[in-house]
Formats: sequence, structure tokens, C-alpha cells
Amino acid sequence: MTAISMPAPDQEVIARRREILSALQAIVPGEGVVHDEREMRAYETDGLTAYRQLPLIVVLPETVEQVSRVLKYCHQNNVKVVPRGAGTSLSGGALPLEDGVLMSMMKFNRVLDIDYDNRAVVVQPGVTNLGITRAVEHEGFYYAPDPSSQIACSIGGNIAENSGGVHCLKYGLTTNNVLGLEMVLITGEVIRLGGKHLDSEGYDLLALMTGSEGLLGVVTEVTVRILQKPETARAVLIGFPTSEDGGRCVADVIAAGIIPGGMEMMDRPAIHAAEDFVNAGYPLDVEALLIVELDGPEREVDFLIDRVEAIGRANKATHCRVSQSEEERMTFWAGRKAAFPAVGRISPDYLCMDGTIPRRELPRVLARMRELSEKHGLRCANVFHAGDGNLHPLILYDANKPGELDAAEAFGADILRLCVEVGGVLTGEHGVGIEKRDLMTDMFSEEDLKQQQRVKCAFDDKHLLNPGKVFPVLHRCAELGKMHVHKGQLPFPDIPRF
Amino acid sequence: MDATLKPRDTRDVAEAVAWAAAEEQPLEIVGHGSKRGLGRPVQAAHVLDLSDLSGVVTYEPAELVLTVKAGTPLEAVEKLVAENNQELSFEPPNLTQLIGGRGASDENGAARTAGTVGGILAANLSGPRRLKAGAARDHILGMEAVSGRGEVFNSGGKVVKNVTGYDLPRALCGSYGTLAVATTVTLKVNPRPEACQSLVFSGLSDHDAVRLLCQAMGSSAEVSGAAHLPEGREGEGPGTLLRVEGFSTSVDYRIGQLESLLGEFGTPERLDDTDSQNLWQQVRDAKPVARDETPVWRISVAPTAGPEVLAALRNQFDLSAFYDWSGGLVWLSCLDGEIHDEEIRAAVAASEGGHATLMRADASVRSAVDVFQPQPAPLVALSRRLKQQFDPKAVLNPGRMVRGE
Repeated sequence: MTAISMPAPDQEVIARRREILSALQAIVPGEGVVHDEREMRAYETDGLTAYRQLPLIVVLPETVEQVSRVLKYCHQNNVKVVPRGAGTSLSGGALPLEDGVLMSMMKFNRVLDIDYDNRAVVVQPGVTNLGITRAVEHEGFYYAPDPSSQIACSIGGNIAENSGGVHCLKYGLTTNNVLGLEMVLITGEVIRLGGKHLDSEGYDLLALMTGSEGLLGVVTEVTVRILQKPETARAVLIGFPTSEDGGRCVADVIAAGIIPGGMEMMDRPAIHAAEDFVNAGYPLDVEALLIVELDGPEREVDFLIDRVEAIGRANKATHCRVSQSEEERMTFWAGRKAAFPAVGRISPDYLCMDGTIPRRELPRVLARMRELSEKHGLRCANVFHAGDGNLHPLILYDANKPGELDAAEAFGADILRLCVEVGGVLTGEHGVGIEKRDLMTDMFSEEDLKQQQRVKCAFDDKHLLNPGKVFPVLHRCAELGKMHVHKGQLPFPDIPRF
Repeated sequence: MDATLKPRDTRDVAEAVAWAAAEEQPLEIVGHGSKRGLGRPVQAAHVLDLSDLSGVVTYEPAELVLTVKAGTPLEAVEKLVAENNQELSFEPPNLTQLIGGRGASDENGAARTAGTVGGILAANLSGPRRLKAGAARDHILGMEAVSGRGEVFNSGGKVVKNVTGYDLPRALCGSYGTLAVATTVTLKVNPRPEACQSLVFSGLSDHDAVRLLCQAMGSSAEVSGAAHLPEGREGEGPGTLLRVEGFSTSVDYRIGQLESLLGEFGTPERLDDTDSQNLWQQVRDAKPVARDETPVWRISVAPTAGPEVLAALRNQFDLSAFYDWSGGLVWLSCLDGEIHDEEIRAAVAASEGGHATLMRADASVRSAVDVFQPQPAPLVALSRRLKQQFDPKAVLNPGRMVRGE
């Protein structure tokens, strides 16, 4: 059916299903273990809905001890485990395995500690991203990373994917906003990293865990940094006759020392789809539309809005509108935020890609994308986090037309290869998962990937946690551990030594 | 057969490490040697000197991305980015006065430099702005490095937003060269603030000072420095410092905002740009505890725990200390010359969590006591497995972080 294949399921494990089920039921009582096919359907896919697979069993632990015991059992009995948060991954990070236990962390849904003095909040991993902000907004605080799925996605999932959002140029990704974790290794050992204090006291394992896509451990508690909300925010809508003009405007804003709270760009197809859907008042006669949001003290925002407007005009902007009210600012964003569903209205299905490029390459990449669109016979609409060069091309296709999903995936792969070719990367915020797994060799050498897998071997040498994701080829840890030794003379003897 | 190997390029580094691994000959990894006095003394007969791996590979101010060879002097990098109105926002400290003079000298015996880019990342050292802008590790985007197996690898990327694969570049920050030798690093740079002003409140107790700092950090004034000097700048009594940076119109406004918000703490003195820069440089470089040769600790706890930790210690021995990071970073000098590691570890353990690092002490002391915070057994085992994966023959800076490893 689809191009990306998962590792062949282990029939021997599947044959032990009944035994595994009763072992899990002994650890997690009652409805915490789901094994009925109909009920398990809810877990068969995530945000990458083209891929579906029923898990062996679903387990929903409620305590750290249960997580620990389940993982320990699976480790001792060679059963694979796929951790899952809210299931909003766009890269297939939570796709179940036929021979694996799916561990949903959504019963870990409590806010444990709100500490305004230390600007830290401690939550369980199933709390939603927006749930953190909701818990502190009455005191004027918020949690900065804001992936567009923030109403649904869990903070545990944000850790796994190192999620971003429109504000990350100024406020950073998840990794820059997480202070600490409690997590369980596949062996069942519970470890704590960081806390309300800053910096790590040994190897920065927090850095490794954040963005590890569920391959290294299961997060059971998260400490994040919260910030006081900026005094105000205003946005300016700037339309350009060409994407080159828009791209140059973005570069000039940065060069002026301005780091906007958000800086988003849309191309003509995306502008039209969004405008038809939400009537945000977008100009329809432009090739590129920029939304620049400035946040901070009112006086600063007013000052910077003027500067950004001037920079826009200097770059041939044909349309420039500054939000005059909070309502108008939200309207500007409504179109951008509705870009995905808007595209969903003009096409039965779409694939959302997620490469990052050096911004200077934007015109070239857009031109090449138009060629690729013709080559694959599919339309494409583009939204970007323009400030950091993170592209989200939306490839329009119809899954009911034979061959279109394959064509869309091939188109997407071409786009991501293009991103790498111009000096960028495969994924800016959605993660590798299964979606970009087989493209990893386009960005990394065999040697590069080996080092990544060595990290995996330190955490999970039996490859039981979320296998089949991220790495195109799994090397056995014993194989990776071998050292090829060539004894010899002191190196480069031809150069001076003290 | 002690040797100093001075590689010219990445290939030389790989060759040197491969040789070391094959012969099981440990290497001490050195840039300018400015941080040789940091951490435990390395047990290695040979030195791998990276100072020739120096120079800018690419710098694209408009992309906010800078790629340099790991041995590039920090001062050169800061000068280059400053010319483009940019900066390394984590405010890398220059600890020459604190720990210099211990191997960090040039042919004339003068303290050499603030060190190299590779060195500051290896130690993950950040200045006062760490509070707002993040640590050194928050500014790394990509890395080319050589593992302890002598294998050259790339990780991360050269764009500001990237989640492709494990975040190895970030994880290698703070690993003191014990997992891999960085050869080229890509950093995120930021616009340099147009203006800077500070407020100095006088006469506050540690407890009140940290209450003030936390209140300021919890405001929308975007404070970029929050420190407390119990003995003041020149011994004139307690001074509590706040810094605000940005566009000048905004700085004026936010300084005023803080003054009215913090009225209960008295009327602060305002410092202009130049005085501010000088003052925060002192804080950044730990100048209040850098004089003399006493043992110095750096303790990181939750901000509100800072005064409690220090109060507990003041009861036990004679010390001089100051706070950075809103009270969460305590620089402490043991005035009696003793190490007091047990008391300090106990005080940190009694707080909500944190760590203490012995930043200055004689080599003999640093090899006898735990310089870094001891960790629980499962974490020790995990870190050891990571070390074994990357450096199975333990040839990279053995003993620097953990005794015998």
C-alpha cells in the first residue's frame, strides 16, 4: 500500500500475546489494559493518518511504578514498546507495532506544582501544551512553545518531538524551555534529570531525551520554564509581488536587530485557500504574504512596527496593514492558523512537509518546488516559519485516486532532499518518525548515523523502545560496539610537536 | 614518550584519536588550556592541542548562523560578531582570573585568552544572560566531531531550527571532551542589544534580594541579568542588580516599570550603558570571588533555594559569596582555605535539587574529591554506558569528570 515499511513483526511474540496480556493485567489493573480490537482502533494511527497498525496490546499506566514494572517486564521478555502521548505526531512517531505494546501516557494528566517565584511548573506528561498555559495564565504567565496542535498535544509528546511553533525564533523550541524530567528507562529504572535549577550536573541527557522520539525512555514528569506574557502584541500584514521580495524583507528585519515574536510567510495558493476559508482580509494579488508579530512593551512594539513597515516598503511591498486591535491581530493569524484545514477544503487529502532551509535559498527552493509540482502532477501550497527558514509545504492529493499517495510521498521526499541539498535539514519541528526515516541517509553519512545509534545503544541496547522509527537501518548494538583497531606509529609525524 | 599532538585538520584529529585508541594511550584535549584547572586533573600522558584548528568556516549574519573551527579563540569570535552588531547571547565568561595561571599561559607566561569556542562549549559555561537567553548549549546548532573511536561524524545542522536525529551537539556540551573531540561547531548568534541599563538596590538581606530578583524575573520587563552581591561591588555593602537590554526606547520604559514595581525595596541607583557593561562583566567572570587562591564553588539550585543554601553554609564556615541567575547560581569562596565539600553537598541535597561544582582548587585536591555533583547509581550507569559507546578505550580526557573514567 505505502512506501514506508516497518520491521517484520516477530511472530513468536505475537504467539505469546495471551501470556503478555495477563502479565500486563497483573501490573495495571482494570481498564488500564486494552486488548479488544474495536477499542484498540483508537490507537492505530497518529497525525500521520496514511499509516495504520493495530498494536499487540494497549496499556495505560497511571503511576510511575506501573510504567516501571511494565517496561521492566517488556525488557525481560523481549517485547517492544511504543510510547504515545496525545497521538498528534505528524511524522508517525506513535505508529503502533503489530508485535509491540502501545503505552499511552494520557492518564498522567495532572499539574503537580506551580512555582511562580522560580518560574517553573511541574506537570505529568499527559498534560496538554495549552493546559500548562491555562494553569498559569490567571497570573499572567504562559508556556512559550506553541505547536499548532497545542490544544491537543501533550507535553510528553512535545519532549519526544522537541516541538516548536510560531514563536520559537524568539522563545526557542521545547529543548530551550524544559528544565527537568523524570523518566523510566526500558529496564524499569527511574531517573531524574535537571529540576528547577539550571544546567545539568553531568552529561546533558536532557538534551538527548528532548527530540528522541520515544526511542530512549518514557517520560513520567516534566518541569518547564514559564514566562510572563508580553505587555502587548501587534501584527503587520505585508504583501509582496514576488517571494524574493518577501524573503529579502525577512532578512532585512533580522539584520535590523529585530527578532519578531512570530514571522510567517504564505505563498499564493496558501493565501487564497486561507482567505476563501476564513476571510482574514488577505490581499489576493500578491505572491507572498508576511505576517510579522512584535511583542513586548507597548512602546517597543509601536517603535518596531514602524520599522518593520518601513523595511517592508523598502522591499517593494504592495500591501501593508498593521493590526489596530487585538481582534484584528487575531484575524491576521486566523488565516495562517487555518491554512491546513483551508487546504483540506480544496483537496481531499494533503501531506504536510517540514524541512528547514537557510533563508537565503528561499527563492531557489520555491522555484524548484514549482518544477517538482509539475513533475509529480500535484499541487502544493506553502506556509513557512519565515524567521527560521522552516518550510511547511502542503502537498495536495486524493488518496482515492490510485497512485496519488505514492506520488505525494515521492514529491515530499524530493522537497526534503532539496532542503538538504541547499544546506538545510529534513525536519524543523515534526520529527523524523517513519515519515522521513528513509531519507536520513540523504542528510547523514553511515558514520553519522552510527553515532546516533550508539546513543540508542546506551539507553536501550535491545532496541525495544519504538523500533522502526528514525533510523533507516538498525545495527545490532553488539555489532556497533566492535572496534577496528590499527596499531601504528604516532600520527602525523611530519608536523611539529612541542 | 609524552607527546603533544597538534593536528592541522579534522583528519589529523581522527588519526591521532585512532592511534590513541589502538595503543590505549589517553589524550588530554586542550584548546588554549584556559580551563585546564577546571574539573578533575586528566590522567593522560599525551596532549591533543587543538589550537591550530582555528578560523571561521562560514558566517552568515542574516541567517543568524556562525560556523567556526573548534579551536577558534572566543575573543576573535566575539569581535567578529560584534562587528556585525551581533553577539553570543549566552555571554561566555572569561574565567582567566578565577582559574587561569594553571597551565593557561603563553610563551611569556601571561594568561593567554578567555579560551576557545570548543572549550566554552565543552564546559557549557554561560554568563548572567543565561537566565533569559539560555546556556551555551542552547546556542549550538551543529557539530563535526571525532569520537573516541577515531570516527569523524556530523550531527545537528547549519540552520536555526532542526530536530533531525538525536541532539548530539547539545548533549556534547558540558561533556568536557570525554565523549568526542569537536572539530567544527555551528552556533546561533543573535542581534546585539542596542542599549543596556541597570538598577542597583542597596542594603537588602539575601532573602529580600532574591525575593526582589524573582519578582523582577516574573515581570514582563524581560530582565537579562539578576544578581545580588552581599558585599557589594567594592565592599560598600549589599547591592542587588537588575539589567535590562534592547532598543533604547524600550529599555527606558522597562527600567521605569521595574522601579515602580519594586518600590518596596527602596530607590535604586541607575547605571548607564558603560557602567552596566563593566558591572555585568564582573559578575560574568565571577570577579567577586576570583581574587586570592581560596577554593571556589559554583552552586546551581532553584533561585529561592539560593539564600537558604548559603545561610546554612554561613553557619558552618567563613565564606564570601554572591548570587547570579536570580539567586539560583551561588558563587562561593571558602575563606579558610578548606574545601568543605561535605557541608556543601549536604546543603545542596537539602534544597529541592541542584548541583555544586568545585571551580577552583589545587590539582591534588581536585583529584581527591568529587569536583562535580555525585549522581544516583542508575544515572552513573547510564552515563558510563554512553561513555563506553563513544570512547570505549577511555582515551579522551580520562578522569576529567569521573574518577577512573
